[in-house]
This record gives sequence, C-alpha cells and structure tokens, in this order.
Amino acid sequence: MSKSKGQTDMDRRTFMGLTVGAAATLVAPGVFLHSIAQAGDREQPVTDKVRWGMLVDTSKCANGCSACVDACKTENGLSNHGRPATDPTWIRKVKVRDNFTGRETNLPLMCQHCEFPPCVDVCPTGASFKRADGIVMVDRHVCIGCRYCMMACPYKARSFIHEDIEIKPTNAPRGKGCVESCNLCVHRLDNGQAMTACAEACAKAGHNALVFGDLKDPNSPVSQALKQLPSRQIRADLQLSTGVRYSGI
Amino acid sequence: MTSTLHRLVKVVSLALLVGLGATAIAETDAPAGKAVEGSAKANALKSCVRPTDWMRRNHMELIEHQRDLTVRQGVRVQKDSLANCIDCHARHDDKGQPVPVTAKGEFCQGCHGFVAAKPSCFQCHSTVPSSADTAQR
Ligand code: SF4
Ligand code: SF4
Repeated sequence: MSKSKGQTDMDRRTFMGLTVGAAATLVAPGVFLHSIAQAGDREQPVTDKVRWGMLVDTSKCANGCSACVDACKTENGLSNHGRPATDPTWIRKVKVRDNFTGRETNLPLMCQHCEFPPCVDVCPTGASFKRADGIVMVDRHVCIGCRYCMMACPYKARSFIHEDIEIKPTNAPRGKGCVESCNLCVHRLDNGQAMTACAEACAKAGHNALVFGDLKDPNSPVSQALKQLPSRQIRADLQLSTGVRYSGI
Repeated sequence: MTSTLHRLVKVVSLALLVGLGATAIAETDAPAGKAVEGSAKANALKSCVRPTDWMRRNHMELIEHQRDLTVRQGVRVQKDSLANCIDCHARHDDKGQPVPVTAKGEFCQGCHGFVAAKPSCFQCHSTVPSSADTAQR
C-alpha cells in the first residue's frame, strides 16, 4: 500500500516537472514577443491612453445614403443571404421622425462602445470584453453563441451568425454560431490606420457626418468636433458612457 | 494441431506485414501533403518560424498563444500569426490561383487528415493568403 503511494508521489513529481517544462516553452514565445515589440504599433499591446470613439453629426447624414453600411459590409466581408431578419448587421441606418413637428433625422446606429457595457456584464464565458482602448468586441474563440449579450444591448447592435460563411476575410475572421458586432475596424487601428471604413466612406461620399478618433486626445478630430457641437448619448439615462455620440438629435 | 498453429502464425505474420506496408505507404503520403512544394512561399525558405520538427509538434501552441494576445491586446506580430502560416504555406495552381490549405493533400489537410484531427481554425479563418481574400470581396 505504502509502496504504491510512494510511486504515485514519484509520478506526480515527474508530472509536475513536465508541467513546469511545458509552461516554460509556452512562456518563451511571449517573452520573445515583447523583446521585438519595439518595432511598431502592431507589436505593442493596446493601452488605455487611447479611447476610440465617434461623433455622428446627424445634420449631415443624408437621407437614402448607405455609404457607411456598404463600406462596413465590404470591409468585414459581411455576406448577405437576403434574409434581413437574420443577416449580420454591424451598422444600420435609422430614421427618426418627430410626430409633432414632422422633422425627420437620419442616423447610422452601431455598437456604441460603452464604457460600462451591459453585453460584457452578462456574458457567461468572458467572450464579450472591452479592450484597453475602449473597443467592445467578442472573442469568438470563447463565445458559445448563447446570445445573452444581444438581449442585454440596448442598441440592438449585435448579430448572431446563423449560417456558414463562405468568404472569411483575413482581416475579420468570422464564423457560424458566434455573436459579432462593430469593432471600430480594429484591424485598421492595430495597423496604425486611425480611420474606420464607415467614416472614410462617408467622407468620400461628401457628407462628413462621421468623425472618428481618440476621445482622450484633445487635438483629435473627434475631440475637436465634440468641443464645437452640442452632442448627446442615445439612452444617456442608462449611464453607459458611450464612445459613440450624436449631435442634432 | 501443430499444423493449425503453424498456419495461424503464418496468417498473423502476413497480416502484420501487410499492415506495416500500408503504414509505410500512408506515411510517405501524409506528412504536410504538398506542403513545402513548388508554388508555396515556404518552398524557398530554409526552415519555418521555428525549427521544423519543433513546429510539427508545437505549432498549435504558438498559434493559440498569439491568438489570445491578438484578440485581447491587439498584438499582431506577423511572424507567429495564423495569417502568416497561410501566406507561406498555400500553394498556387497553374493559373496562379491560391489553393486552400484545407484542400485534399494541401499543407494543413495533409497531416490533419492523416491523424484524423480536424483543425477548427478554418470555421472562421481564411484558407487562402490575405491578398487573395481581399480580391474575393
Ligand atoms: S452598444 Fe451594445 S454591443 Fe456595444 S458595448 Fe454597448 S451593450 Fe455592448
Ligand atoms: S453570445 Fe457569446 S459573447 Fe454573447 S453573451 Fe453569449 S458567449 Fe458571450
């Protein structure tokens, strides 16, 4: 009896040794990563010195224009099956009408990149998360597709992928069974391009209704625009401190 | 009695021989498919991003390690990225079109098919180099 116990201990010690060995190899690439991390932004972890955000100037958003929506689809390879109820939508056009005055306002609505995101609060797996630079996104490696986050989001910003995806862009890997939403073109930002596809397309169409940038940098285009224009958060009553703000509503 | 035993031994050794032969054929067939051949970038390189036999056993650790760094922290070191694997190991056909790494006999499928382990990467990730998938859109 005692002999077999001794053997077990030996085995465990060998096992522990092996485990530590394995951990060392695992850590090694990480150490390596940091030693060459000086080369460029691409190789540095993001920090909270930046908070990405956007101002939507609804007075400039044109009726019938869908430049931002189309650009998002192209950029992220969002395929359309002609089934609007389930097709993925990261950004959509909304028209609001004041029934008393009859005034109509157009605006694009997407993930508002909340500082206190309810989608992250409810996610049971930790797949929904907020990056240090304020981007709220889904880690599809961990998402189990429960869709709690879709229920929690007050902006109806998230989509569940119901169908197999034929074209999977290298920039935006995506697949069936996960929830996804606007990630402020995170691949562009990580590559040092501080401009989203939607804002770029809006400017190209001549409307300039979307101003993107770093909310923490007082000189960024978005901070400058926010200083000039009166703006508000949609559903400010929820106190989510959104990264996307609207003026003219 | 003895003759029956003798026959049995004969049959068993024959079966073993056939078995060994089959394994040998399968082995020359399997590893890495047409992996580092001709039109794949990897063909021109001396070794992978780590020594080749280390990569054979541990490539998944490397990919998984960087996956978390990339998604969570925005670290996108080109060298150890899955995109780089695909860029380097995808072959191109006669017309210059990239062949998906998951097609029969290609780099990923070659080994993974042999060991019957389906890599789940490609449920979401591109199987052709980034230059090609941009053109697809
Ligand atoms: S808008 Fe919705 S998806 Fe975006 S951070 Fe807020 S709760 Fe999450
Ligand atoms: S669907 Fe995915 S991201 Fe959303 S709550 Fe469930 S596990 Fe989290």
